[in-house]
Amino acid sequence: MSERRVELEVLRYNPETDREPHFQRYSVDCPEEWVVLDALNHVKENVDPTLSYRWSCHMAVCGSCGMMINGEPRLACKSFLREYPGTIRVEPLAHFPVERDLVTVIDDFMAKLKRVKPYLIPKEEKPVDAGEYLQTPAELKRYKQYTLCINCMLCYAACPEYGLIPKFIGPAAIALAHRYNQDSRDGGREERQQEIAATEGVWECSFTGACSEVCPEHVDPAAALQQVKIKSTVDWYKEHLMPWLKK
Amino acid sequence: MGKSNKPIVWGPFAGGGTLTAFLTPVLILLTLLAALGHPPELLAYERLRAFAGYGIVKVLVVGVVFLSLWSAAHRLRITCYDLGIRADTLVAGVLYVAALMGTLASALFLMRL
Amino acid sequence: MAEEVRRRPYVREETWRWIFRHPRYLRYMAREFSCLFIGAWTLLLVWGLKQLSEGPAAWSAFLASLKSPASIAFHLVALGFAAYHSITWFRLTPKALPLQLGEAFVPDGVISGAHYAAWAALSFAVLYLAGAF
Repeated sequence: MSERRVELEVLRYNPETDREPHFQRYSVDCPEEWVVLDALNHVKENVDPTLSYRWSCHMAVCGSCGMMINGEPRLACKSFLREYPGTIRVEPLAHFPVERDLVTVIDDFMAKLKRVKPYLIPKEEKPVDAGEYLQTPAELKRYKQYTLCINCMLCYAACPEYGLIPKFIGPAAIALAHRYNQDSRDGGREERQQEIAATEGVWECSFTGACSEVCPEHVDPAAALQQVKIKSTVDWYKEHLMPWLKK
Repeated sequence: MGKSNKPIVWGPFAGGGTLTAFLTPVLILLTLLAALGHPPELLAYERLRAFAGYGIVKVLVVGVVFLSLWSAAHRLRITCYDLGIRADTLVAGVLYVAALMGTLASALFLMRL
Repeated sequence: MAEEVRRRPYVREETWRWIFRHPRYLRYMAREFSCLFIGAWTLLLVWGLKQLSEGPAAWSAFLASLKSPASIAFHLVALGFAAYHSITWFRLTPKALPLQLGEAFVPDGVISGAHYAAWAALSFAVLYLAGAF
């Protein structure tokens, strides 16, 4: 097991004492196989206990440790030191206000998730003794990939439109809505359309595709967004050009 | 929040993007060949005039011009915003009107044939 | 008892320089810029229609003007950008229009491939019908 001296440049910000964020350097002797999160944990435990950041599972399922690593949105627990031969610059996830050090303010994101009604809204109320909802493997496959989102917000950090337009509801929220819209047990699409087919819904997306590129779970939110755009457009033309068609 | 009317603008953009993806490269190639001194036979005055004389051809050409100019205008509008130009309504107005004027012009010229 | 921390979130403003953050953003910009050339060529088409409608002399002048070095350079660049638009558009088509047959989705490569093939066939047909060769 060999070691490497890693130079970390970490953005620090203390809201009580700092006017602005600034970088702080740490030199850490790291085993080769470590990830950036391990290096940060080492700093916090042995060098500077004031360093603040979110993390939990250390295995890329909880979505807590999203940060900018050398300018790219990454999960710190999935960013191997061997990928970064030089100095490693660690900053809070882009496009979110900085609470403290690497901790971002995620209230906006949490509110957006709620707005898309991310729960099954059945077409008809069914009493419990009527039994389970049945679903074929094909029906499951139709929405399965969109269930994989771990709410890590890397897609929001990567999305230039979200960076320019904070009101944009964003990739993960729309992919989440799509997950329910595509679920055969659900009948709530029209309710969700009020949010995601609004101007600040899918229409701020310009199909940059960065969201899908950085997604650690291969959800492919960009695909969900384009599918929502097409369906919403077809609906609009049907509603306006053929109003006699019943939904 | 309420559903947006963006589809009015996005529908022709998507149609135009698809059309230009299939058609524009080869059309550019036709005028490129003319530029290089080997014009395709269709670009000879008599042949082109006859071809453009058909009503259906005129309709299709106006359609191609509209979808091409509209999708270019829409993309340019987004690009302006991406590059920091905040006056979106103004930019959109100018660009969409330009696309419509180009379409109208093509229709007028074709009607003269 | 814990002390109260004063919150003062720091907002990092986004500038247009975001396009330089990663090659993917430059590729996106290149794709977007293709609209300038496609739009410009279409305006050239409209201009050509005008010249065509004004008679053989005007049309000859138009064809002659196409032969200038500036025009040739424009055509080469426009062709490159238009092709880039096509390539990116067809690469993204399966994302927007996924096709589920039975349980499985038709692979993206098949949908894109079919579009590329149709693009090639159509282009060949147009060249042939226009008497380019």
